[in-house]
Amino acid sequence: MIANLIAWLADPAHHGDILTRTLEHLQYSLVATLLAALVAIPLGLWIGHTGRGAVAVVGIAGSARAIPSLGLLYLVVLWLGPKIGGDLAFYIPNMIVLVVLAIPPILSGTYAGIAGVDPAAGDAAKGMGLRGGQVLTQVEIPCALPLIFSGVQSALLQVIATATIAATAGMGGLGRFLIDGLAVRDYAQMAGGAVLVAALALAVDLLLSLVRRYATSPGISGRFTTHSRSTDDSPDHTADAPVPVSS
Amino acid sequence: MTWFLDHLDDVAQLTKSHLFLAAVPLVIGLLLAIPLGWAAQRYRWLRGPLVAGTGLLYTLPSLAVFILLPGLLGTQILDPVNVLIAMTIYTVALLVRTVADGLDAVPSEVRLAATAMGYRGLRRLFGVELPLAVPVIAAGLRVAAVSNVSIVSVAALIGVPQLGSLFTDGFNRDFLDPIVVGIVACVGLALLLDLAVVTGARVLTPWQRAGGRP
Repeated sequence: MIANLIAWLADPAHHGDILTRTLEHLQYSLVATLLAALVAIPLGLWIGHTGRGAVAVVGIAGSARAIPSLGLLYLVVLWLGPKIGGDLAFYIPNMIVLVVLAIPPILSGTYAGIAGVDPAAGDAAKGMGLRGGQVLTQVEIPCALPLIFSGVQSALLQVIATATIAATAGMGGLGRFLIDGLAVRDYAQMAGGAVLVAALALAVDLLLSLVRRYATSPGISGRFTTHSRSTDDSPDHTADAPVPVSS
Repeated sequence: MTWFLDHLDDVAQLTKSHLFLAAVPLVIGLLLAIPLGWAAQRYRWLRGPLVAGTGLLYTLPSLAVFILLPGLLGTQILDPVNVLIAMTIYTVALLVRTVADGLDAVPSEVRLAATAMGYRGLRRLFGVELPLAVPVIAAGLRVAAVSNVSIVSVAALIGVPQLGSLFTDGFNRDFLDPIVVGIVACVGLALLLDLAVVTGARVLTPWQRAGGRP
């Protein structure tokens, strides 16, 4: 079983396909997450900064998790696909769902990050002569960065997982190996695809954790402090909170 | 709507299987996460590996886990046990950190007072610390409950029947009704489990309703 799996992965005949499918998978995931971030980050900044609509954000983030992504994919593909037609009949509806699913984690991460900034820090910045917009960009965003990043990270992981099942709704990507293998009961191909998609998710997760660590201001992450400090009150601790990925 | 009324029995049966596949792992996962979370909180050196390690499991896409488990366990791919184990893994992945955070939130004065009153070891854990950690653990359990319901539906792709079967059925026949019914039933089931966790947490923390200070 394991031997078949290794043989499938090692077979040079599959390597071209593996590369193409991996790139497709990455392309779907990155484009969907980027589009979601373009909507969710500004909205989250505004809500966090003004406090307006905070209840709605918490509600949306909670209820979005309850929606089964497989059902949503099929619903939108069947409904919108024929209306679009042509080559993009599958691509556009699937991408819409991926973007929609990526918005809530980024929105709630950004909102929680900004809303959680110690008001004293904002007051101090105002006292030093910064204006509203400057307080946001120079104090609140840097302080909120770990949580914004973890929102993007969980959105991206969720999109990677959902893009896998989107292969059943006409998409490419690594999910194709799982679905095509399942159709012809080729366990080696299914398991090979599953290993690849799991490896992709883990690699993206680790990479983003590193980026988050180094993009966060040293004053926030406590990365460069020399005096001893309890790890429990480092803000990075909360930033690592697990962010649910569904589907 | 007529489709739904004609297939009421089928939908009820699928809902029952779905509830079973989502709720049983929730209970088993909680029972496994309590000792792991306790160990992570009690022994500092264990915390990093335990929390990060279980957290990584959560990043694995569910379809990949459903397909790999039979190979690793030697079970049949259609066996619902694979789904139960996969969902238990996801539940543990979410809850280990939650349990550790919940125990962290117990004020140290309370711990000292309990020790002074003769509570030690497991008796202190189950009599004082865990009850006080219930609100935090319940918050994590709610997330796990709702996301379990959503993830279970993916198992329809490997042929394990539950509400997700309505999605594949509708998609294969180019028919929206079963898909809509399935989505509504999934969301309803998620809300029901969520409500069950909230109610359970309320029953376990009577002092929070009394309005007094904890």
